[in-house]
Amino acid sequence: MPTRRIMNISHAVVALMFAAACHPVAADYSLNLTQGVTSISQRAYQLHMIALWICVAIGIVVFGAIFWSVARHRKSRGVTPAQFHENTRLEVIWSVIPLLILVALAVPATQALIALEDTSDADLTIKITGQQWRWRYDYVDDGVGFFSNLDGKSAAAGRIGSGIDPQSVDHYLLNVDTPLVVPVGKKVRFLLTATDVIHSWWVPDLGFKKDAIPGFINEIWARVETPGIYRGQCTELCGVGHGFMPIVLEVKTEAEYRAWLAGMRAAQTAEKTEAPREWSRDELMAKGQQVYSTTCTSCHQPNGEGVPGVFKPLKGSPVATGPVDVHIDRVMNGKSGTAMQAFAKQLNDAELAAVITFERNSWGNTAGDAVQPAQIKAARK
Amino acid sequence: MTDEAHDRPQGITRWLFSTNHKDIGTLYLIFALTMFFIGGLFAMVIRMELFQPGLQFVDPLMYNQMLTLHALVMIFGAVMPAFVGMANWLIPMMIGAPDMALPRLNNWSFWLLPFAFTLLLSTLFMQGGAPAGGWTMYPPLVFQMGMAFPFVVFAIHLMGISSVMGAINVITTVFNMRAPGMTFGKLPLFVWTWIITAFLLIAAMPVLAGAMTMLLTDKYFGTSFFNAAGGGDPVMFQHVFWFFGHPEVYIMILPAFGIVSQIVPTFARKPLFGYRSMIYAVVSIALLSFIVWAHHMFTVGMPLAGELFFMYSTMLIAVPTGVKVFNWVATMWRGAMTFETPMLWALCFIILFTIGGFSGLMLGLVPVDFQYQDTYFVVAHFHYVLVTGAVFAIIGGIYYWLPKWTGHMYDEGLGKAHFWLSIISVNILFFPQHFLGLAGMPRRIADYAVQFTEWNMISSIGGFVFGASQLLFLYIVIRTIRGGTKASDQVWEGAQGLEWTLSSPPPHHSFTVAPEVH
Repeated sequence: MPTRRIMNISHAVVALMFAAACHPVAADYSLNLTQGVTSISQRAYQLHMIALWICVAIGIVVFGAIFWSVARHRKSRGVTPAQFHENTRLEVIWSVIPLLILVALAVPATQALIALEDTSDADLTIKITGQQWRWRYDYVDDGVGFFSNLDGKSAAAGRIGSGIDPQSVDHYLLNVDTPLVVPVGKKVRFLLTATDVIHSWWVPDLGFKKDAIPGFINEIWARVETPGIYRGQCTELCGVGHGFMPIVLEVKTEAEYRAWLAGMRAAQTAEKTEAPREWSRDELMAKGQQVYSTTCTSCHQPNGEGVPGVFKPLKGSPVATGPVDVHIDRVMNGKSGTAMQAFAKQLNDAELAAVITFERNSWGNTAGDAVQPAQIKAARK
Repeated sequence: MTDEAHDRPQGITRWLFSTNHKDIGTLYLIFALTMFFIGGLFAMVIRMELFQPGLQFVDPLMYNQMLTLHALVMIFGAVMPAFVGMANWLIPMMIGAPDMALPRLNNWSFWLLPFAFTLLLSTLFMQGGAPAGGWTMYPPLVFQMGMAFPFVVFAIHLMGISSVMGAINVITTVFNMRAPGMTFGKLPLFVWTWIITAFLLIAAMPVLAGAMTMLLTDKYFGTSFFNAAGGGDPVMFQHVFWFFGHPEVYIMILPAFGIVSQIVPTFARKPLFGYRSMIYAVVSIALLSFIVWAHHMFTVGMPLAGELFFMYSTMLIAVPTGVKVFNWVATMWRGAMTFETPMLWALCFIILFTIGGFSGLMLGLVPVDFQYQDTYFVVAHFHYVLVTGAVFAIIGGIYYWLPKWTGHMYDEGLGKAHFWLSIISVNILFFPQHFLGLAGMPRRIADYAVQFTEWNMISSIGGFVFGASQLLFLYIVIRTIRGGTKASDQVWEGAQGLEWTLSSPPPHHSFTVAPEVH
């Protein structure tokens, strides 16, 4: 009997250990840098591995000497301490050898850097604009431009007390509503800038990150050889939404890319022609809620109460319950000296009209009016 | 001189009006330990929030305040004052002087700090909260701070004034108060590293003060130093900041080199292998520290020539740093080592600081730095050099000199327990952060994608154990101050230097008669 009980217990232990090893299903103990999908990222990876192995080799020699010393040269073994010190020849040797290793390391590093900084002869130029807290992509030769926001599911799951398990969200915090699309095998030049604070654009598989700085333009390039979807994030602290402005890059074949570009252009034209019509209040409220949740919630919060002392509440605020012209002006032109941005260029007429209508009629605000896209169009002049 | 000058004031006035180098040293060390626990508390909040994906305890704004204050408190409140406290205690005793050269300035240097940190920490309760843009305070983000902004700038000015005055005191003391025969060629390594640190402080801190003042005038007086729309440049702030910031890094590590260079020969019972080359190495590191600053900001988009220059100069630092490590190893080689607690900390300092140096070398290679920059790889790197580097050296130094300072031996068993708990947990805490960074996790984010969960959990568990282990350190120190086995004057069999010729604890005015040094 006791044997059987022990058997049962040991079975249970093994099962538990197995369960522990398997759970969670998505367990990821990734250790190393990605090799990526560009020549730049592969060179970075090779350099990383060379440097790593050099460090490992030096570490084995130095730490080996320390451990040997610790094991052998101890008082408890009854050794008498040697009294030697100062040896110029040795000092010169252990200065020159590292110097030679460094020179050997500097050669591939310099070559890779020169290749990385060569943005000439690009097939395509995309302007990337960072702002709190989304990216904007403009295809400068094709007249297509759009914002890329964190997807709604991640945004909802990420809040304190959301009750949604991040593990259940597809690509949690690494998914966007509209991804950046580039053609495979083409040299794409990226121009980076920002409107408010400094951001940094990083897709590990491309092999670089580059800062997006307000008032300045940075250049970098990539030629992706494999179609696929590559993900990254903002890597320069840019405020409360810093962890919530991901990058999704879709690399498509030339034909698919052309089709996508035509689709984007058609959608943008359609939006422009649709906007001037009269919108019903329900339509405005529905669209307004959607615009609010992607554009306004990081500061003003989903409940419109803001963050005391940092971001003003909209619930019961004098602007959102007062004269509509003041409200339109504030949303379109922002308020200088605060984090409130000017949204006139970020949102179109219908989106602005909708979000302002939504703010005036939510969370107990009862202005009761509806703002029409035509009013916004008039205010733009 | 009248007799009152030799009175020992009692009670609170002993501490408030103190001009005694040992009392002021004690104040600095108590202050540093307090700040170490406050900064540690902020770190615990960070590790709690990062234990699993999703937001559980703090919102991103509070998280950003925690990470900013953690850095400011640990750098300016814990590590720097701890080194100044040790300099106060040790430099007069090591050079055979009765006290520091400028005792009243010494008092003021210390008493600025409690006010500076009260100001800084009070911002947590202000409208808009504490600074949340990182300790680097990059504009334009820093301008989005609430009403805390002028308080933070003023607090940093106070810390800078305190540091510069402390540095002036060290230089004046060492240059003027050495006992007869104590030439520069005989100064203990701890004193040497501190003189060089003092010169770095005097050169670097005013640069930070300038950058902070420019931020202040940009915000309140309509200047545009860092505003492109007004003809300025936000990147210029980064250049100015890191021109201070890189020497600052060495301000936090050179005295640690000094401490380790005192401890290793004592327990190896063998002279330091290359006294002169150690000094040359420290001077080279200090000089190089002024021409490598832009390696903190490779991704801002510099000209190719600039990137190459800063890459080469950064790589050069590996040479003198290597010389230091090789010299410590050669000092241990064929010695007769024992492994009391201070030696254990010094040994692990050498190994783990070298690991931090390895990742530093990798970070210096610009093409891969474009991958590493602003990821957890960087976080792992600077915690290896700052925690298992600077902080480990400080703790080792405290164990080394505490019997001299208090006259009591600490409990060796408890000291070793503290060491083993710390050394294991600190590696569980920081080593996985290398993997997180390489796998693509940016730093300074309150929430992360699910593939980073496992290493973050492990890192957090290491963090909690490491944090709790330091309470044991507090207990050991208090117990040693209150009593224990009487320490001999020599304390350690292999200890060399003037401080060990004094009684344990040393007399009120360390050397009233200058010792003869041969």
